Amino acid sequence: MNGPASRATIPIATAGAPPKNPVFDVFTTKKDEIVGWARKFSLFPYPFVTACCGMEFMSVSSTIYDTDRFGAALPRFTPRQSDLMMVVGTITHKQAPVLLRIYEQMCEPKWVMAFGVCATSGGFYDNYAVLQGIDKVIPVDIYVPGCPPRPEMVIDAIMQLQERIANDHHVIVKGEF
Amino acid sequence: MRDGLVEVLDSRLALQARLSHGMPVLEIEAPRLGEVVRVLRDELGFDMLLDVTAVDWPGQAPRFELVWHFFATRDCQRLRLKTRVPEEAPEVDSLVAWYGAAAFMERECHDMFGIRFRGNADLRPILLYEGFVGHPLRKDYDKHHEQPLVPYRDSAPQGRQGGQP
Amino acid sequence: MNGPVVSPIANPVRSAIAPSRDDDGRLVVNIGPSHPATHGTVQIITELDGEKVLRADVHCGYLHRGFEKECEAHTWHNLIPYVDRLNYCSALINDFAYCGAVETMMGIELTPRTRMLRTLLSEYSRIADHVTCIAAGLMELGAMTAFLYLMTLRDYIYEHLADLTGARVTYSYGRIGGLARDLPAGWLKRLDEVLDEYETYIGRIHGLVDRNRIFIDRMRRVGVLTREQAISYGCTGPMLRSTGVARDIRKDTPYLAYADLDFEVPTGILGDNYDRYVVRMREMDESVHMIRQCVDLLPEGPINVDDPRCVLPEKTLVYREIESLINHFKLIIDGPRVPAGEVYYSQEGANGELGFYLVSTGEGQPWRVHCRAPSFVHMGVTHLMLQGGQLADVVPTFGSINMIGGECDR
Repeated sequence: MNGPASRATIPIATAGAPPKNPVFDVFTTKKDEIVGWARKFSLFPYPFVTACCGMEFMSVSSTIYDTDRFGAALPRFTPRQSDLMMVVGTITHKQAPVLLRIYEQMCEPKWVMAFGVCATSGGFYDNYAVLQGIDKVIPVDIYVPGCPPRPEMVIDAIMQLQERIANDHHVIVKGEF
Repeated sequence: MRDGLVEVLDSRLALQARLSHGMPVLEIEAPRLGEVVRVLRDELGFDMLLDVTAVDWPGQAPRFELVWHFFATRDCQRLRLKTRVPEEAPEVDSLVAWYGAAAFMERECHDMFGIRFRGNADLRPILLYEGFVGHPLRKDYDKHHEQPLVPYRDSAPQGRQGGQP
Repeated sequence: MNGPVVSPIANPVRSAIAPSRDDDGRLVVNIGPSHPATHGTVQIITELDGEKVLRADVHCGYLHRGFEKECEAHTWHNLIPYVDRLNYCSALINDFAYCGAVETMMGIELTPRTRMLRTLLSEYSRIADHVTCIAAGLMELGAMTAFLYLMTLRDYIYEHLADLTGARVTYSYGRIGGLARDLPAGWLKRLDEVLDEYETYIGRIHGLVDRNRIFIDRMRRVGVLTREQAISYGCTGPMLRSTGVARDIRKDTPYLAYADLDFEVPTGILGDNYDRYVVRMREMDESVHMIRQCVDLLPEGPINVDDPRCVLPEKTLVYREIESLINHFKLIIDGPRVPAGEVYYSQEGANGELGFYLVSTGEGQPWRVHCRAPSFVHMGVTHLMLQGGQLADVVPTFGSINMIGGECDR
């Protein structure tokens, strides 16, 4: 399906192709660093919790493992206010339309974490009922294997995602404005 | 096990209960279901329906074996009731009028095997979804035959820009 | 500017309640399935008159993972991890209930040490499950502190079980004929420490919640289930006991080592949310009491029965003797051969009667595995508990039912 994954965007920097200006580059690099820093340390997860991995999600959010240290603890249970969708647990074919709708209701910028092997690839449920990996319906940024993954793995995943967000190119205003 | 239960079942229902690991099992013809359940519930104290399920025996006729499990709260006696229905007419009476628990359990049985329960007005899919064709727990349904509701996207890894699709 | 891309999703369920229109004075609101209060897998379509719930249509099945079909494609041993993931909050109870069912079919008598260990671990798992239920329920009411206290306690239990089984949440520890491995050194000492932590944390919860005006107002006389409804709708476990019916498989028809233990079965009075909370808290106290007795009564000895039909031989023998090698090979490739027949075996799970109906044709793979899931049966009575209440009562009522998706939808 030609959905969000194939939408083309035109970054401002190349619209009309102005001559490359080193001063302009420094400005955009600094802007990316600041915006990246702000975005990575204020992730608002949407915990799309379905199954056993939810137990580890509850553990990783709690006192001993604590995602609050990374700024990623406060779950927003509405997609309108969140930017990281953590798909925690098995997604069945019955649940897949719901997953897609929630993903589409999130605003840019948004990231998706596939928490657990069931979200990554269907896990060991290779049958008629289970979607064999959520990347079949939505784009995924980071996959966390494990059945369920230990809380330390989830924290490692959040840190890697934060690394990625920090180094990303953050377009504030898009060309198709 | 309750004293004299096997004798009472024989005298009251003319059924020879056999024992399966300590649990009495009654095998009946499908039309007798209503009469037997009435006696079990009202006279013998089996006031709780624990479970309704089915077993598929392809190659045997009748093909489907329906299994009910009952429980008596007054003395914790359990009982299994079985019947067979054929593939061409997989229908049996519903127990929804006797036990509220039958509603969801019969819906599941219908979803998984295609057994129709006469008298249960609500046989909507419960574990499966609208538009699912077939009955997965039948032996002739291939385990891997998926029926996705959402068309798949190209899931090859793509270099995504920050938060952009 | 392009409009948002709206995906043409198919509606996976058909509602029994027609959508509201402007002129009919009622509002139809969809709750879930992706909703924190419904544990992410249940959809409740409610018809409201203002804030009052007139009708509720409960849809489960969003976590149907094909457990029963999957079991038919695996050997009796290989499907133990699937069984674990039914009630994932108290995974050990599922393991032992399934293994107990197969052992009944094979006519296996467990060793005394395994009987006692399985009892101990079942009660330990029950504590973890009730802690999760109460923690989630309190968090949904806004009591974040209680949630964090209980999660800390639960993490201690998980780490301790990880020392024994290798995994925190889904253990795959039961084996047909015994257990995967014996207790490591120092495990019982740590158990004592965890039970002391339990006393501390649960004491705090009692202090915060039991006589809290807000908690009582939100839970007393809310989500009432009558005794007749509970029995007619097949409720078991804390749901049934909260209505005053003192039925508990551990007491009525004892299995494992429960006949040797001294414990009470707490019951409620009104069948409301507060009663279910109290029943679960008291059950946890009884479980701790039972665990302490199990530790005192725990005998030495082997944990697996000496039965080559299902127990893997010692690895050293497998490498040296041809008979052990063949035995090991057949058990892994074909699976243990369970005599043809059927069994319905049930244990007292954290939510009620967890039953396994197994049908064997004499092969190493089952012909039919059916799980009688208490959560699924309780979903059948949920609409009665919600109707007539307020919209805000949906959250604590649903939380007190302790619907576990893996068990409900299988």
